[in-house]
Amino acid sequence: MFEDGTIINELFIERLNYFIYVILLLIGLHGMIAKNNLIKKLIGMSIFQTAIILFYVSVGVKEGATIPIYLPEHDPHGSHASHGDENGTEEAVHGPVVLESGLVKGYANPLPHVLMLTAIVVGVATLGLALALCLRIYQGYGTIEEDEILAKIERQEMRLKPSIIVKSADSPKPKTSNSENSAPKPKVSSSPSTKRSKARPKAKAKTASTATKAKTSQAKSSSPKPKPAVSKSTTTGTKKSPAKPKTTASKTAGKSTTKAKPKPRAKPKAKPTTRTKATSTAKKATASKPKPRTPKK
Amino acid sequence: MGLELFNTLILLLLVVAAIIALRVKDLLTASVVFAVYSFLMCLLWAEMGAVDVAFTEATVGAGISTVVMIATIFNLKRKSSD
Amino acid sequence: MKKLSLIPVLVVGALLIYAADDFPEWGNLSAPASASPLSSHFISNTGFDTEVPNMVTAVLADYRGFDTMFETVVVFIAGMAVLAILKNSSGSNSKKKNFHIETEPDIIVTNTVRLLIPVIQIFAFYVLAHGHVSPGGGFQGGVVMGASFIMIALSWDLEKALARFPMDRCFIVAGLGIVLYAGIGLLSMFLGGEFLDYAELANVFPVSREMARYHAMLGVEIGVGLTVTAIMFALYANLATEGRLKGGL
Repeated sequence: MFEDGTIINELFIERLNYFIYVILLLIGLHGMIAKNNLIKKLIGMSIFQTAIILFYVSVGVKEGATIPIYLPEHDPHGSHASHGDENGTEEAVHGPVVLESGLVKGYANPLPHVLMLTAIVVGVATLGLALALCLRIYQGYGTIEEDEILAKIERQEMRLKPSIIVKSADSPKPKTSNSENSAPKPKVSSSPSTKRSKARPKAKAKTASTATKAKTSQAKSSSPKPKPAVSKSTTTGTKKSPAKPKTTASKTAGKSTTKAKPKPRAKPKAKPTTRTKATSTAKKATASKPKPRTPKK
Repeated sequence: MGLELFNTLILLLLVVAAIIALRVKDLLTASVVFAVYSFLMCLLWAEMGAVDVAFTEATVGAGISTVVMIATIFNLKRKSSD
Repeated sequence: MKKLSLIPVLVVGALLIYAADDFPEWGNLSAPASASPLSSHFISNTGFDTEVPNMVTAVLADYRGFDTMFETVVVFIAGMAVLAILKNSSGSNSKKKNFHIETEPDIIVTNTVRLLIPVIQIFAFYVLAHGHVSPGGGFQGGVVMGASFIMIALSWDLEKALARFPMDRCFIVAGLGIVLYAGIGLLSMFLGGEFLDYAELANVFPVSREMARYHAMLGVEIGVGLTVTAIMFALYANLATEGRLKGGL
C-alpha cells in the first residue's frame, strides 16, 4: 500500500505539506462562513490569508539552496577572484558580474517572496479596516454576534413597513397605510440602513451646535401635535412634521444631510399602528441625545 | 531527513493552533493563539529560506496585527457565543 | 443552517487535494516556479544591474517598484478610512468597559521602556538602511518604528504618545512618504527615462548608473517606511479609543 506511485504514497507521503496547506485553507474558510462572532470571522480570514501565503512561498522552494542574498564570493561590491589559476596568476575582477546559470540554482527564488511581502502588508491593512467596521457595528447594534444583528435588522425593517404587518382586514386602514407608505418611502430610500438613522441623530447631535437643543425641544413640542392629527389625516400629519424641523434645519446649518435628521423622527410618528412603539423610540432617540454630548463638554 | 521532520511538526502545530483560535469562547485567548500561529508561520518561512517574508510576518503579523486586535477587543465584548 | 456550510468547504477541499496531485514535489529544482526564466534573470542580473546584494529588496523596490508604490497607497488609504469611519462615532452607549484600567504607569515598566525606546528606534533605522544587504527594508523598519510609538502609548498613556506624534502630523508624514516615492519616480521621468527608472538619476547626481539605482532604492524605502510608521500608529490610536483619542489601553 505504501509503494511508489500509488495515490496514498503520492498524496500523503511525498506531498504531505500540500495536504496540510489545504487543511489550513479549509479551516480558515469554514471559520469565515460558519462562525457567528464577527471577530472570529476576521480571525478566519487572517488564517486563510496566511495559509495562501504559505502555499505560495513553499512552491518556490529549492532544495539545498541558500537565502536570496548574494554570498560573499558573488557580492557585487567585493572582488571576484577568477577560477583560472593554472599559471599562478589570479586575476581579481572588481565590480559586479552577471552570475552564470549554474550558480543560479544555489539561490532561492526571490519572486514569490516579493509578491508575498506585498500580500502580508495589504492583509494587515485590510484587517485594520475590518476591525474599525466591527467597532462601528458594535456602536450601532450593541452586539457583534451575526444572528442577533440580523434579528435586529429584521425587527427594524418590520417597523418601517407596516403593510407587511398583518392587521385585521379593514378597508380604510390599508388605504391610510398605503398613503403613508407613499410619504415615508422616499425617506426610507434616503436612509436605507436604520443603523445610520440611529447613528446619524447621535452623530449630528455631537457635531451640531446648541441650536440642536432648540430643535429637539421644538420637535418634542411638535411631536404630540401630529399624533392626534395622524389618526384623522395621515398625509397632512406627515407633511406638517417634516416641514417644521426642516425650516429650522435650513436656518441653523446649511448641510444637506441635516434634512434627513428629522425624517427618522417623523417616520415612527406617521404610523398609527405602531404608535406605542414609535413613541418609545422617539423618546429613546431624544433621550439618548444628551448622553453623547456630555463627553464633549 | 531532520528538516522534513521539523517541517511536518511545525505544520501540525499550525493546524492545532488554527483550530484552537477558532474554537475558544474568549476573544482575548483567540488573539493570543492567533499570535502563536503567526509566529509558527514565521518560523516555517525562515526555515524555508524566505527570510524577508519571515521578518515581515514576525513584525506585522505577530506584532501589529495582535496589538490592533486586542485594542479592538478592549472596546467590544470579550466573550463570544461560539 | 451553519452546518450546511461544511458541504461547499469539503467540496472545495476535495478539489484542491485532487489538484495537489499535479504539483511537483516540494523543493524540486525543476519546478516551474523555480525554473522560470524570469526568476533566473532576477537572480543573475541583480548584482550587475543594481549592485544590491539583497535580491528581494532589489526586485521589490526597483524591478517591481510600481507594485510597491501602490501597496504603500493601499496602506495609506486604509489608515484614512479607519479615521473616516471612527472619527465622529458616538462611543458605546452601553455599559462600556467591563475591565476599566485606572492604574498609574508602573515604575519598572516606564523606566525599562525609557531605556529601550531609543535602542528600538535606532534598530528600526538600521533595518531600513540595511535592507540592501540583509533581510529588511522599508516595511519592516517602518513597522518596528511604529511599534515603538505604540509601546509609549502602552506603558504610559495615549496622551504621552500623542504629544510626541499627534494625529494630524501622522497623516502629514504618511502623505510625505508617498510624495517622496512618487517624486523620485517623476524626477526620473523628467530626466528623460520612464516613470521609476532610477538609472536616469545619474544625470543629476555624480554617481554611476548602477549606484543611482542603489541610492534611489534607499530613498524609495525611506518613503515607504515613513508611511508605514505613521499609519501603524494611527491605526492603533484610532482603534483603541474609537476615534476619540482619549482613554484607551
